Amino acid sequence: MTKTFEDEIASVSRRRFIVGTAAAGSGLALGLHVPFADAQSASATNAAGCELNVWVVVRPDETCAIRIARAEMGQGTLTGLAQLVAEELGCDWSRVVTEPVTPGRNLASKRAWGEMGTGGSRGIRTSEDYVRRGGAAARMMLMQAAADQWGVPVAEVKASKGVITHPASGRSTTYGKVCDAAAKVTPPDPKSIKLKDPREWTIAGQPLKRLDTADKLDGSKQFAIDVRPPGLLNAAIKQCPVFGGKVVRYDESKVAGMKGVKKVVKVDDGAVAVVADTWWHAKKAADALPIVWDEGEGASASSATIAAHLKAGLEADNAFKYRDEGDALRAIAASPRKVEAVYSTPFLAHATMEPMNCTARISKDRAECWVPTQNAEASLAALSEASGLPLAQCEVHRNDLGGGFGRRGGNQDYTRQAATIAKQFPDTPVKLIWTREEDIQHDFYRPISQCRLAAGLDDKGNVTGMHVRISGQSINAFVNPASIADGKDKRQLQGLWTEPGDAQLGYSFPTILLEYAMRNTHVPVGPWRGVNTNQNGIYLECFMDEVAKAAGKDPLEFRRQYLADHPKHLRVLNAVAEKAGWGTPTPKGVYRGIAQFMGYFSYSAAVAEVSITPEGKVKVHRMVMGLDCGHTVNPSQIAAQVEGSVAYGLSAALYGECSVDKGRIAQSNFHDYPVVRMAEMPKVEVVLVPSLDFWGGVGEPTICVVAPSVLNAIHAATGKPVRDLPLRSSRLA
Amino acid sequence: MKLNINGSNRELDVEPDTPLLWALREQAGLTGTKFGCGVAQCGSCSVHINGEVRRSCSVPVGSLKDSDRIVTIEGLAPGASSPVQKAWAEVDVPQCGYCQSGQIMAASALLAKNPAPSDADIDAAMTNICRCGTYQRIRAAVHRAAEIAKAKA
Repeated sequence: MTKTFEDEIASVSRRRFIVGTAAAGSGLALGLHVPFADAQSASATNAAGCELNVWVVVRPDETCAIRIARAEMGQGTLTGLAQLVAEELGCDWSRVVTEPVTPGRNLASKRAWGEMGTGGSRGIRTSEDYVRRGGAAARMMLMQAAADQWGVPVAEVKASKGVITHPASGRSTTYGKVCDAAAKVTPPDPKSIKLKDPREWTIAGQPLKRLDTADKLDGSKQFAIDVRPPGLLNAAIKQCPVFGGKVVRYDESKVAGMKGVKKVVKVDDGAVAVVADTWWHAKKAADALPIVWDEGEGASASSATIAAHLKAGLEADNAFKYRDEGDALRAIAASPRKVEAVYSTPFLAHATMEPMNCTARISKDRAECWVPTQNAEASLAALSEASGLPLAQCEVHRNDLGGGFGRRGGNQDYTRQAATIAKQFPDTPVKLIWTREEDIQHDFYRPISQCRLAAGLDDKGNVTGMHVRISGQSINAFVNPASIADGKDKRQLQGLWTEPGDAQLGYSFPTILLEYAMRNTHVPVGPWRGVNTNQNGIYLECFMDEVAKAAGKDPLEFRRQYLADHPKHLRVLNAVAEKAGWGTPTPKGVYRGIAQFMGYFSYSAAVAEVSITPEGKVKVHRMVMGLDCGHTVNPSQIAAQVEGSVAYGLSAALYGECSVDKGRIAQSNFHDYPVVRMAEMPKVEVVLVPSLDFWGGVGEPTICVVAPSVLNAIHAATGKPVRDLPLRSSRLA
Repeated sequence: MKLNINGSNRELDVEPDTPLLWALREQAGLTGTKFGCGVAQCGSCSVHINGEVRRSCSVPVGSLKDSDRIVTIEGLAPGASSPVQKAWAEVDVPQCGYCQSGQIMAASALLAKNPAPSDADIDAAMTNICRCGTYQRIRAAVHRAAEIAKAKA
């Protein structure tokens, strides 16, 4: 069963990698010593260059190789991390190359590269400190080596753009010339390193182009789906359409004679794969393979039964009272005016452009795989479990991902499947590729939820109390049910949190009651770019417009009134309002909507400009997107993420829905799970309002303001709020 | 089965119902053309056949003649030197990059027919899906490619 498998992976990860977490704050994770003598560091003068520490290798030809432990899936973390290291290293940016770190190597070196997982918009913000220290330590060692050579105090030596100078004597040398000697210098104490003030950055903080573009332009980039090791076989998979269902039997004889077919493999309780010489042959045979499923209990579920289950959560007597200040229910009941609404959002698939795939080769004493993964250590654990080989005999080749969006993190279902299949073909690489249909119907979906909101208004139109009850599925309950058996799952209230920092509610109301009623289903759920800020942002921010309207107030002014205690939230909101010209006339038929929300330590706001055709079709003309992510490592790449978040968020708002019919997902491909294309893409203007006192995420935070700002503009246009997503199910004409 | 791919005549061991996409990826070893949906929805598999952009996942090789000229991303221009590829690099278009082979093939076919496309022309011709959402930069890069091509002409 899926849940058991999730637990298993989680426990394997915990069991086998806990040692690294404990070391996270120590010098070990700072990457300032090389805990294993690999061939490169042992021989300082070889062509591979001189390893100064785990992050930096300098080569005699002046190339600086910067090691990258986090996954690159389009979000630009590879370039950003390299900028941070290069900034402190003081090298010539045009000589920077990057090298991926593998999880096997990380494990063998006691996790010298720290965490490899890339999700939660953490890639840069949780590794910036130790990677910058790695760059700085390498610079100090290079400077020391030059000073030693010249017999002068290191304090008299300067380094810039890969050149070391001694101004007093006019001597100079280069990183490449001293790298050999530098590798023998005792590394500095990490605590003694003083990092640069970000105001003085010259490489970081700049809108530099990505380092990883060239091979995306000529087809030469090798995604995992493209690897072709010698002797490769291919596998296509069929998973039980109903989650939790089982294989009863299948008739291998019906496909055994088909061209290229090698074998039919039962992958696990709920999946069968056909292995053939080519993937096309495997796919054809998989389509022709008669399989009888026991669909199990899930088969009785439908969107209607799930909606009723969630609705009961909205009405239930008991729920997790996350925040209860004052007596909001009494205050609302006693108010002269009440505003009430119920909202809903559906399950959503990620639909990464590169379908799920993994190529695995299992030998008697060695297992390896090529896989698109956001969590290479979870992939390593899955490979080890499925192959039966210890972690030390496993390795994961981290190909950059053709999209991730949260689908390819801890849930390494496809890696486990590929390894299980490949085990049947010793020493032979087997590439498993899912069809798009398998992808849409076997995802870990954005959780479904409903939300009931109520606000009281006094006779001046001021809020007396706010009540928010969310009922829906819990990601944590799916991953590890035991951890929140009591239903107290704060994660499902992301963006409404009380604590400052991560995902704080920006508004202050006289009384407030925030509740969560956990209502799980048989559908697997997981993180989806922006996770629960998406749904919660819609609920709160669309309701704020409803309340503002009831109070007779402008949506911007109304928000400002309740954001006074949270200046960072307010500043981003004001920035988009100003840029968009809030309050100024719009072209005829164009309406504006506004929203703000917070997640991943970053503050987001948006203004949408929308018109509606007489047929009821929504056209989003312009989105002004504001973001305060603290330090800005690469403004151009941040803008790219924000632009992309509009497409992702708008796809969900306009079209995104995975409905459930007889226990299975009704949609199967882009014809019935449509996403935004060029013609629907609005003009996006990005307003960065950086604060220099924190490190916030970039990949996810802005998505959550896309849908609510668009929905609020529609509300302004039609006079009617849209409360059920996606929009295509509403009648706007 | 004989196919003319990127100017070379290739003899491929495939059955006629094999989609061109899989013949390219699995027999010709040209993996720059991507599998995204298999039903001609997403355009990741876009190639040129006699100068027309086609979604190769839905073109059975049996429907092709050996005189048909197939061009893939690998054969578009030596050293990624086409105006579209240059513009893509200038504008820093790709994020994950997976759909970009198809986007570049679609943009190249558009510009071959319409050297100065309007935004509306781009909306109509560029229907490939990008889940990273690089559309704004793709639009800018198509306009930029038109300029580069014009300057060259």
